Amino acid sequence: MTQPASTPVSWRCSVSIEVRKPGLSTTVQDTGRSGYYDVGIPPSGALDLYSLTTGNRLVGNPPDAGALEVVYMGPELLFTEDAVVAVTGAELPPRINGEARPLWESFPVSAGDVLSFGFVKGGARAYIAVAGGIDVPVVLGSRATYGLGALGGMEGRPLVAGDTLPIGAGAGTPGRVLPGDLLPALGKDVEVRVVMGLYDHVLAPEGRDNFLQTTWTLTPVADRVGFRYKGAELSTIERTPPFGAGQDPSNIVDAPYPIGSIQVPGGVEPIILHRDAVSGGGYMMVGTVISGDLDVVAQSAPNTRTRFVEVDMDGALAARRDYRARSARVAELLA
Amino acid sequence: MSETASPARYSWGGDEFIFVELSEEMSLRANFRAMAITRALKEERPDGILEICPANASYQVRYDPDVIEPHTLLAHLQDLEKKVGDASDVSLSTRVVEIPVLYRDPWTTETLMRFRDRHQDPDATDIDYAARINGLPDADAFIAAHTGSPWFTSMVGFVAGLPFMFQMVPQDRQLVVPKYLRPRTDTPKQTVGHGGCFGCIYSVRGAGGYQMFGITPAPIYDPTQSSPDFADFMVFFRPGDIASFRAIDRDEYDDTLVQVERRDYRIRSREVEFNLQPFLDDPAGFNSRLLEVLRVD
Repeated sequence: MTQPASTPVSWRCSVSIEVRKPGLSTTVQDTGRSGYYDVGIPPSGALDLYSLTTGNRLVGNPPDAGALEVVYMGPELLFTEDAVVAVTGAELPPRINGEARPLWESFPVSAGDVLSFGFVKGGARAYIAVAGGIDVPVVLGSRATYGLGALGGMEGRPLVAGDTLPIGAGAGTPGRVLPGDLLPALGKDVEVRVVMGLYDHVLAPEGRDNFLQTTWTLTPVADRVGFRYKGAELSTIERTPPFGAGQDPSNIVDAPYPIGSIQVPGGVEPIILHRDAVSGGGYMMVGTVISGDLDVVAQSAPNTRTRFVEVDMDGALAARRDYRARSARVAELLA
Repeated sequence: MSETASPARYSWGGDEFIFVELSEEMSLRANFRAMAITRALKEERPDGILEICPANASYQVRYDPDVIEPHTLLAHLQDLEKKVGDASDVSLSTRVVEIPVLYRDPWTTETLMRFRDRHQDPDATDIDYAARINGLPDADAFIAAHTGSPWFTSMVGFVAGLPFMFQMVPQDRQLVVPKYLRPRTDTPKQTVGHGGCFGCIYSVRGAGGYQMFGITPAPIYDPTQSSPDFADFMVFFRPGDIASFRAIDRDEYDDTLVQVERRDYRIRSREVEFNLQPFLDDPAGFNSRLLEVLRVD
């Protein structure tokens, strides 16, 4: 990781953070690793990449620096030196020694301060960025934690009480704010854009219609591997499963799973695979969430009502350009 | 055996993935084509290609559409498909490796007993059930079939380093078993399992739906890279590896574990060249030559 060259230096830090309470499941993440999916090692990295990269920019880090991903319930962290911190993503109100601090804004932390959090008011995953970045070892090109494979991050696992997180040397400026029009919308009703395909031909026509017309509800089974929804049963065509597939009509010869692909085991309860995805398996997939909308999925809490909206490749690329333009504006404003 | 390759099916996986199904059903031919196309693409490494994942009868490419235009990439993959053809002249430099297995071990037996309510045949063990539905007289006959022919690593994945393996025998001799009715929430690390027509070795402890037959003392995934087999990389198996299972007894299992813990255990492994057509022309002869290469000192 490179250091920002000439950011106005308000704080110089080379600190560590002591984990007093770990929260529900707090992991070190960055923008993930590439090139190992063919041996089952998924990209990992922040589920909501926009919030992680923006948090890093607020504290003057490169966008891909290591930060903490917090799920629903925040940790309690003791800082041993002065630092600059920003919290982004879910509405998880940060507090320093019990006093409220803003979201989406960098703020100073002094040696001996304790960062803690109130209850989540919206969204599901918050990101804690610290000037200098969380400086755990780089494994296969990334600091991201991959829990199933026990690699990356803090010894390949979520934080536990007593962990000491190393922070890289870096400068940060408190008081940098993200303009309101660049805040992501966090709702209990969301639309997620999907490119249909992969094995959607196994769905009967009414099964396909049902998939796109149902308002799905996110179940509590939602983690870094996948998000499971309930709402309808999707009928499949009559077919004899091909040799090697297994016996259920929804079974396929085990195939690779794209990140964001939606599998429907047995025609019920679609699962969106996310950045710690199992890399392949034997369930039919009916489409793939477009890359930018994985952030929307990431911020879905259980019971979030979700519609899958079909887009074609041109629509997916247009959405990608919008996402890129928004990220470029953040980069420019927080340069 | 000179089937012509049927055209592949291409599909978008969102804006970053292309998925290519070479055959709807599993065959060594389809797997070898997936391997050949992905190897050719790896050698070229066009800009903007992020991941190249060969699978059993399909493959997948992750790309950055800001760098490479999706339709251009798709057309290029179709060209590669034509160039590779039925892959009968493609040669693969790979390894043949020996995996020791303690069949009917106490750990998978304990686990399978815990999950009998999710099984097709709650009164039998997984291996007895598998023997019966494959028309074999007993578990010993099943073990003989399981160890009798080598297996081609047709895909690595699901979780880090888990090999899917396809037995190198004609289709009518393939061992085929269903997956559990509902997946287990627990599987011991290094369990040797089977689902559909695929054998596998679970690389880490966790969920799983394959029938469980035994356990290997040989580590196949080591994120700490602390033993010699993992000096270069944390994952042992690569697509294209050929594996042979060898039944061991409890004493050998325990001795091997001691070596593993001393960090001086190595999986027996030899380099081989693999061409599909000679294998398809004479599987039995080819397999016995493979095993000679493996066992020569």
